[in-house]
Amino acid sequence: MPQIPVIKDIMSANDQLASAVRQQLDAAGTLALNIMASPGAGKTSILTRTVDGLKDEFNLAALDGDVVMVDVEKIAQTGIQVALVNTGGNCHLDANMVHAALPSLDLTGVDLLLVENVGNLICPAAFELGTHYNVVIASVAEGDDKPYKYPAMYRGADVLILNKIDMLHYQDFNMDYFRHGVEVLNPGVSFLPLSAKTGEGVDAWLDWVRSAIIQKRGR
Amino acid sequence: MHELGITQNLLKLALQYAEPAGATKITGLYLVIGELSSVMDDSVQFYWDFVSRDTLAAGATLHFERVRATFECQECQTVFGRNEHYICPACGSRRVRIASGEEFYLKSIEVEE
Ligand SMILES: Nc1nc2c(ncn2[C@@H]2O[C@H](COP(=O)(O)OP(=O)(O)OP(=O)(O)O)[C@@H](O)[C@H]2O)c(=O)[nH]1
Ligand SMILES: [Mg+2]
Ligand SMILES: [Zn+2]
Repeated sequence: MPQIPVIKDIMSANDQLASAVRQQLDAAGTLALNIMASPGAGKTSILTRTVDGLKDEFNLAALDGDVVMVDVEKIAQTGIQVALVNTGGNCHLDANMVHAALPSLDLTGVDLLLVENVGNLICPAAFELGTHYNVVIASVAEGDDKPYKYPAMYRGADVLILNKIDMLHYQDFNMDYFRHGVEVLNPGVSFLPLSAKTGEGVDAWLDWVRSAIIQKRGR
Repeated sequence: MHELGITQNLLKLALQYAEPAGATKITGLYLVIGELSSVMDDSVQFYWDFVSRDTLAAGATLHFERVRATFECQECQTVFGRNEHYICPACGSRRVRIASGEEFYLKSIEVEE
Protein backbone atom coordinates (compact mmCIF):
# COMPACT_ATOMS: atom_id res chain seq x y z
CA MET A 1 0.00 0.00 0.00
CA PRO A 2 1.32 3.51 -0.79
CA GLN A 3 3.09 5.44 1.93
CA ILE A 4 3.00 9.22 1.99
CA PRO A 5 5.90 10.79 3.88
CA VAL A 6 4.85 13.56 6.29
CA ILE A 7 7.58 14.28 8.89
CA LYS A 8 5.70 17.13 10.54
CA ASP A 9 5.09 18.08 14.14
CA ILE A 10 1.85 16.51 15.31
CA MET A 11 0.69 19.85 16.69
CA SER A 12 0.90 21.75 13.41
CA ALA A 13 -2.87 22.40 13.21
CA ASN A 14 -2.73 24.02 16.63
CA ASP A 15 0.42 25.90 15.69
CA GLN A 16 -1.26 27.39 12.61
CA LEU A 17 -4.01 28.84 14.79
CA ALA A 18 -1.34 30.05 17.20
CA SER A 19 0.18 32.04 14.34
CA ALA A 20 -3.21 33.63 13.71
CA VAL A 21 -3.37 34.66 17.37
CA ARG A 22 0.16 36.00 17.17
CA GLN A 23 -0.75 38.11 14.14
CA GLN A 24 -3.66 39.70 15.98
CA LEU A 25 -1.47 40.45 18.98
CA ASP A 26 1.27 41.92 16.83
CA ALA A 27 -1.19 44.03 14.86
CA ALA A 28 -2.41 45.50 18.15
CA GLY A 29 1.15 45.92 19.44
CA THR A 30 0.37 43.74 22.44
CA LEU A 31 2.97 41.58 24.18
CA ALA A 32 1.41 38.38 25.54
CA LEU A 33 2.69 36.03 28.23
CA ASN A 34 1.52 32.44 28.71
CA ILE A 35 1.66 31.81 32.46
CA MET A 36 1.89 28.11 33.29
CA ALA A 37 2.23 26.27 36.59
CA SER A 38 0.78 23.48 38.68
CA PRO A 39 -2.48 24.21 40.58
CA GLY A 40 -1.92 26.67 43.40
CA ALA A 41 1.68 27.60 42.50
CA GLY A 42 0.71 31.26 42.46
CA LYS A 43 -0.35 32.19 38.91
CA THR A 44 -3.17 34.50 39.96
CA SER A 45 -1.16 35.98 42.86
CA ILE A 46 1.74 36.84 40.56
CA LEU A 47 -0.60 38.10 37.89
CA THR A 48 -2.27 40.55 40.29
CA ARG A 49 1.14 41.59 41.68
CA THR A 50 2.23 42.30 38.12
CA VAL A 51 -0.84 44.40 37.47
CA ASP A 52 -0.35 46.37 40.70
CA GLY A 53 3.28 46.99 39.82
CA LEU A 54 2.80 48.01 36.18
CA LYS A 55 -0.67 49.44 35.70
CA ASP A 56 0.47 53.05 36.16
CA GLU A 57 3.03 52.64 33.36
CA PHE A 58 1.24 50.37 30.91
CA ASN A 59 -2.18 49.37 29.68
CA LEU A 60 -2.82 45.74 30.73
CA ALA A 61 -5.38 43.02 30.08
CA ALA A 62 -5.76 39.38 31.11
CA LEU A 63 -7.25 36.09 29.96
CA ASP A 64 -7.92 33.32 32.44
CA GLY A 65 -8.30 29.70 31.37
CA ASP A 66 -10.79 28.15 33.74
CA VAL A 67 -14.33 26.88 34.12
CA VAL A 68 -15.35 29.10 37.05
CA MET A 69 -15.07 32.85 37.54
CA VAL A 70 -13.12 32.79 40.84
CA ASP A 71 -9.78 33.96 39.41
CA VAL A 72 -11.42 36.27 36.86
CA GLU A 73 -13.13 38.10 39.72
CA LYS A 74 -9.85 38.41 41.62
CA ILE A 75 -8.14 39.83 38.56
CA ALA A 76 -11.08 42.16 37.78
CA GLN A 77 -10.62 43.75 41.22
CA THR A 78 -7.31 45.19 40.01
CA GLY A 79 -9.30 47.29 37.52
CA ILE A 80 -7.95 45.84 34.25
CA GLN A 81 -10.07 44.21 31.57
CA VAL A 82 -10.17 40.44 31.91
CA ALA A 83 -12.06 37.65 30.17
CA LEU A 84 -12.58 33.99 30.87
CA VAL A 85 -11.35 31.47 28.33
CA ASN A 86 -13.76 28.66 28.87
CA THR A 87 -11.76 25.46 28.84
CA GLY A 88 -14.84 23.28 29.20
CA GLY A 89 -12.98 21.33 31.86
CA ASN A 90 -9.92 20.75 29.67
CA CYS A 91 -6.55 20.43 31.35
CA HIS A 92 -4.87 23.09 29.18
CA LEU A 93 -5.49 26.06 26.93
CA ASP A 94 -4.98 25.62 23.21
CA ALA A 95 -4.65 28.15 20.41
CA ASN A 96 -8.23 27.59 19.31
CA MET A 97 -9.63 28.56 22.72
CA VAL A 98 -7.49 31.69 22.88
CA HIS A 99 -8.43 32.57 19.31
CA ALA A 100 -12.12 32.28 20.22
CA ALA A 101 -11.70 34.36 23.39
CA LEU A 102 -9.67 37.26 21.92
CA PRO A 103 -12.71 39.14 20.51
CA SER A 104 -14.04 39.52 24.06
CA LEU A 105 -11.13 41.86 24.81
CA ASP A 106 -10.43 45.25 23.28
CA LEU A 107 -6.71 45.08 22.56
CA THR A 108 -6.49 48.66 21.27
CA GLY A 109 -3.67 50.32 23.18
CA VAL A 110 -3.04 47.24 25.35
CA ASP A 111 0.71 46.84 25.99
CA LEU A 112 0.60 43.58 27.89
CA LEU A 113 -1.78 40.61 27.86
CA LEU A 114 -1.34 38.16 30.72
CA VAL A 115 -2.76 34.70 29.99
CA GLU A 116 -3.28 32.44 32.99
CA ASN A 117 -3.19 28.85 31.74
CA VAL A 118 -4.90 25.92 33.49
CA GLY A 119 -3.08 24.67 36.60
CA ASN A 120 -1.22 21.63 35.26
CA LEU A 121 2.45 20.78 34.72
CA ILE A 122 2.03 18.38 31.82
CA CYS A 123 -0.66 19.26 29.31
CA PRO A 124 -0.22 23.02 28.65
CA ALA A 125 3.37 22.40 27.53
CA ALA A 126 2.15 20.72 24.34
CA PHE A 127 0.02 23.62 23.09
CA GLU A 128 1.44 26.85 21.66
CA LEU A 129 -1.01 29.70 22.13
CA GLY A 130 0.52 32.39 19.95
CA THR A 131 1.76 34.29 23.00
CA HIS A 132 5.30 35.68 22.88
CA TYR A 133 6.83 34.14 25.98
CA ASN A 134 6.24 31.13 28.20
CA VAL A 135 6.42 32.01 31.88
CA VAL A 136 6.64 28.93 34.07
CA ILE A 137 6.05 29.31 37.79
CA ALA A 138 7.45 26.71 40.14
CA SER A 139 6.85 27.07 43.85
CA VAL A 140 8.82 26.03 46.90
CA ALA A 141 5.76 24.25 48.28
CA GLU A 142 5.77 21.74 45.40
CA GLY A 143 9.27 20.51 46.23
CA ASP A 144 12.62 20.60 44.48
CA ASP A 145 12.18 17.55 42.22
CA LYS A 146 9.68 18.89 39.68
CA PRO A 147 12.26 19.59 36.92
CA TYR A 148 13.06 15.86 37.07
CA LYS A 149 9.42 14.75 36.90
CA TYR A 150 7.97 17.23 34.40
CA PRO A 151 10.84 18.01 32.02
CA ALA A 152 8.74 19.24 29.08
CA MET A 153 7.29 22.15 31.03
CA TYR A 154 10.71 23.36 32.18
CA ARG A 155 12.20 22.80 28.76
CA GLY A 156 9.75 25.20 27.13
CA ALA A 157 10.07 28.06 29.63
CA ASP A 158 11.43 31.42 28.49
CA VAL A 159 11.51 32.62 32.06
CA LEU A 160 11.24 30.54 35.21
CA ILE A 161 9.84 32.01 38.42
CA LEU A 162 10.34 30.20 41.71
CA ASN A 163 7.48 31.47 43.89
CA LYS A 164 6.87 31.16 47.64
CA ILE A 165 10.50 31.68 48.64
CA ASP A 166 9.13 32.88 52.01
CA MET A 167 8.55 29.15 52.66
CA LEU A 168 12.20 28.16 52.19
CA HIS A 169 12.70 28.33 55.96
CA TYR A 170 9.93 25.86 56.69
CA GLN A 171 10.66 23.24 54.13
CA ASP A 172 13.46 21.02 52.89
CA PHE A 173 14.04 22.46 49.46
CA ASN A 174 17.43 21.74 47.94
CA MET A 175 18.05 24.79 45.76
CA ASP A 176 21.14 23.25 44.09
CA TYR A 177 19.20 20.15 43.12
CA PHE A 178 16.32 22.23 41.73
CA ARG A 179 18.59 24.59 39.80
CA HIS A 180 20.64 21.76 38.35
CA GLY A 181 17.50 20.15 36.93
CA VAL A 182 16.45 23.45 35.38
CA GLU A 183 19.90 24.16 33.98
CA VAL A 184 20.15 20.79 32.23
CA LEU A 185 16.71 21.14 30.65
CA ASN A 186 16.93 24.79 29.78
CA PRO A 187 20.48 26.17 29.89
CA GLY A 188 20.69 29.86 30.69
CA VAL A 189 16.94 30.41 31.23
CA SER A 190 16.12 33.56 33.24
CA PHE A 191 15.55 32.42 36.81
CA LEU A 192 13.59 34.67 39.17
CA PRO A 193 13.02 33.55 42.76
CA LEU A 194 10.31 35.60 44.48
CA SER A 195 7.46 35.66 46.94
CA ALA A 196 4.09 36.93 45.76
CA LYS A 197 3.17 37.04 49.45
CA THR A 198 5.95 39.23 50.87
CA GLY A 199 6.89 40.97 47.62
CA GLU A 200 10.55 39.89 47.85
CA GLY A 201 12.03 39.50 44.37
CA VAL A 202 8.96 40.91 42.62
CA ASP A 203 10.85 43.97 41.37
CA ALA A 204 13.23 41.83 39.33
CA TRP A 205 10.22 40.15 37.71
CA LEU A 206 8.60 43.53 36.95
CA ASP A 207 11.88 44.65 35.37
CA TRP A 208 11.88 41.56 33.17
CA VAL A 209 8.33 42.33 32.00
CA ARG A 210 9.11 46.03 31.47
CA SER A 211 12.07 45.29 29.25
CA ALA A 212 10.08 42.70 27.28
CA ILE A 213 7.35 45.30 26.62
CA ILE A 214 9.87 47.94 25.62
CA GLN A 215 11.74 45.53 23.36
CA LYS A 216 8.45 44.64 21.65
CA ARG A 217 7.63 48.32 21.07
CA GLY A 218 11.04 48.79 19.49
CA ARG A 219 10.22 46.22 16.82
CA MET B 1 -6.08 14.15 29.28
CA HIS B 2 -4.41 16.34 26.64
CA GLU B 3 -4.37 13.32 24.34
CA LEU B 4 -7.79 14.30 22.97
CA GLY B 5 -6.44 17.63 21.69
CA ILE B 6 -3.35 15.95 20.35
CA THR B 7 -5.42 13.33 18.54
CA GLN B 8 -7.53 16.02 16.86
CA ASN B 9 -4.35 17.70 15.64
CA LEU B 10 -3.07 14.38 14.37
CA LEU B 11 -6.25 13.75 12.38
CA LYS B 12 -6.11 17.19 10.75
CA LEU B 13 -2.50 16.67 9.76
CA ALA B 14 -3.11 13.23 8.27
CA LEU B 15 -6.11 14.45 6.25
CA GLN B 16 -4.13 17.42 5.02
CA TYR B 17 -1.69 15.00 3.40
CA ALA B 18 -4.13 12.32 2.28
CA GLU B 19 -6.70 14.48 0.50
CA PRO B 20 -4.42 16.19 -2.05
CA ALA B 21 -2.87 12.78 -2.82
CA GLY B 22 -6.30 11.52 -3.84
CA ALA B 23 -6.39 8.83 -1.18
CA THR B 24 -9.72 7.12 -0.59
CA LYS B 25 -8.73 5.76 2.77
CA ILE B 26 -6.00 6.16 5.38
CA THR B 27 -5.07 2.76 6.76
CA GLY B 28 -2.08 3.55 8.97
CA LEU B 29 -0.27 6.40 10.72
CA TYR B 30 3.40 6.14 11.73
CA LEU B 31 4.18 8.28 14.77
CA VAL B 32 7.49 9.01 16.43
CA ILE B 33 7.01 10.03 20.05
CA GLY B 34 9.71 10.75 22.58
CA GLU B 35 9.37 9.82 26.23
CA LEU B 36 9.74 13.45 27.32
CA SER B 37 6.56 14.49 25.53
CA SER B 38 4.45 12.61 28.11
CA VAL B 39 1.90 11.20 25.70
CA MET B 40 0.29 7.85 26.41
CA ASP B 41 -0.12 5.45 23.48
CA ASP B 42 -3.24 3.95 25.00
CA SER B 43 -5.10 7.21 25.36
CA VAL B 44 -4.15 8.40 21.88
CA GLN B 45 -5.49 5.14 20.49
CA PHE B 46 -8.64 5.48 22.57
CA TYR B 47 -9.41 9.00 21.37
CA TRP B 48 -8.32 8.16 17.84
CA ASP B 49 -11.08 5.62 17.38
CA PHE B 50 -13.51 8.29 18.48
CA VAL B 51 -12.26 11.34 16.51
CA SER B 52 -11.52 9.47 13.27
CA ARG B 53 -15.05 8.08 12.91
CA ASP B 54 -16.76 9.14 9.65
CA THR B 55 -13.48 10.37 8.14
CA LEU B 56 -11.04 8.99 5.57
CA ALA B 57 -8.97 7.78 8.46
CA ALA B 58 -11.66 5.78 10.24
CA GLY B 59 -10.23 2.53 11.50
CA ALA B 60 -6.63 3.41 10.64
CA THR B 61 -3.98 1.70 12.75
CA LEU B 62 -1.65 3.89 14.81
CA HIS B 63 1.94 2.68 14.82
CA PHE B 64 4.00 4.13 17.63
CA GLU B 65 7.75 4.39 17.48
CA ARG B 66 8.78 5.27 20.99
CA VAL B 67 12.05 7.09 21.63
CA ARG B 68 13.54 6.76 25.09
CA ALA B 69 14.69 9.88 26.92
CA THR B 70 18.48 9.93 27.11
CA PHE B 71 21.06 12.36 28.40
CA GLU B 72 24.63 12.75 27.24
CA CYS B 73 27.59 13.69 29.41
CA GLN B 74 29.53 16.63 27.98
CA GLU B 75 32.75 15.43 29.63
CA CYS B 76 32.89 11.72 28.78
CA GLN B 77 30.04 11.32 26.26
CA THR B 78 28.33 8.57 28.29
CA VAL B 79 24.65 8.29 27.39
CA PHE B 80 22.24 7.46 30.20
CA GLY B 81 18.52 7.46 31.16
CA ARG B 82 16.21 9.55 33.28
CA ASN B 83 16.87 7.97 36.64
CA GLU B 84 20.31 9.46 37.29
CA HIS B 85 19.14 12.91 38.48
CA TYR B 86 20.78 14.41 35.38
CA ILE B 87 24.25 13.49 36.67
CA CYS B 88 26.64 11.34 34.66
CA PRO B 89 26.75 7.84 36.20
CA ALA B 90 30.22 7.21 34.71
CA CYS B 91 32.22 10.29 35.73
CA GLY B 92 29.90 12.22 38.04
CA SER B 93 29.84 15.31 35.86
CA ARG B 94 26.84 17.64 36.10
CA ARG B 95 27.48 18.97 32.60
CA VAL B 96 24.90 16.91 30.73
CA ARG B 97 22.36 17.63 28.03
CA ILE B 98 19.25 16.01 26.55
CA ALA B 99 20.22 13.65 23.72
CA SER B 100 16.84 12.19 22.78
CA GLY B 101 13.22 11.88 23.86
CA GLU B 102 11.66 15.09 22.54
CA GLU B 103 10.49 13.66 19.21
CA PHE B 104 6.86 14.34 18.46
CA TYR B 105 5.99 13.98 14.81
CA LEU B 106 3.99 12.13 12.20
CA LYS B 107 6.49 10.31 10.02
CA SER B 108 4.21 8.98 7.29
CA ILE B 109 0.76 7.74 6.47
CA GLU B 110 -0.31 4.63 4.63
CA VAL B 111 -3.19 5.08 2.21
CA GLU B 112 -5.39 3.36 -0.37
CA GLU B 113 -5.81 5.13 -3.68
N1 LIG C 1 3.35 31.51 51.41
C1 LIG C 1 3.05 31.92 50.18
N2 LIG C 1 1.83 31.65 49.68
C2 LIG C 1 1.54 32.07 48.44
C3 LIG C 1 2.48 32.79 47.66
N3 LIG C 1 1.92 33.05 46.45
C4 LIG C 1 0.67 32.53 46.49
N4 LIG C 1 0.44 31.94 47.69
C5 LIG C 1 -0.78 31.26 48.12
O1 LIG C 1 -0.95 30.09 47.34
C6 LIG C 1 -2.33 29.82 47.09
C7 LIG C 1 -2.57 29.67 45.60
O2 LIG C 1 -2.26 30.90 44.95
P1 LIG C 1 -2.93 31.30 43.56
O3 LIG C 1 -2.31 32.58 43.15
O4 LIG C 1 -4.40 31.22 43.64
O5 LIG C 1 -2.37 30.11 42.66
P2 LIG C 1 -2.81 29.69 41.19
O6 LIG C 1 -1.61 29.09 40.57
O7 LIG C 1 -3.45 30.83 40.49
O8 LIG C 1 -3.89 28.56 41.48
P3 LIG C 1 -4.94 27.89 40.46
O9 LIG C 1 -5.44 28.96 39.53
O10 LIG C 1 -6.01 27.35 41.34
O11 LIG C 1 -4.18 26.80 39.75
C8 LIG C 1 -3.08 30.99 47.72
O12 LIG C 1 -3.55 30.58 48.99
C9 LIG C 1 -2.03 32.07 47.84
O13 LIG C 1 -2.29 32.96 48.89
C10 LIG C 1 3.77 33.06 48.22
O14 LIG C 1 4.68 33.67 47.63
N5 LIG C 1 4.00 32.59 49.48
MG1 LIG D 1 -5.30 30.97 39.53
ZN1 LIG E 1 30.61 11.65 32.24
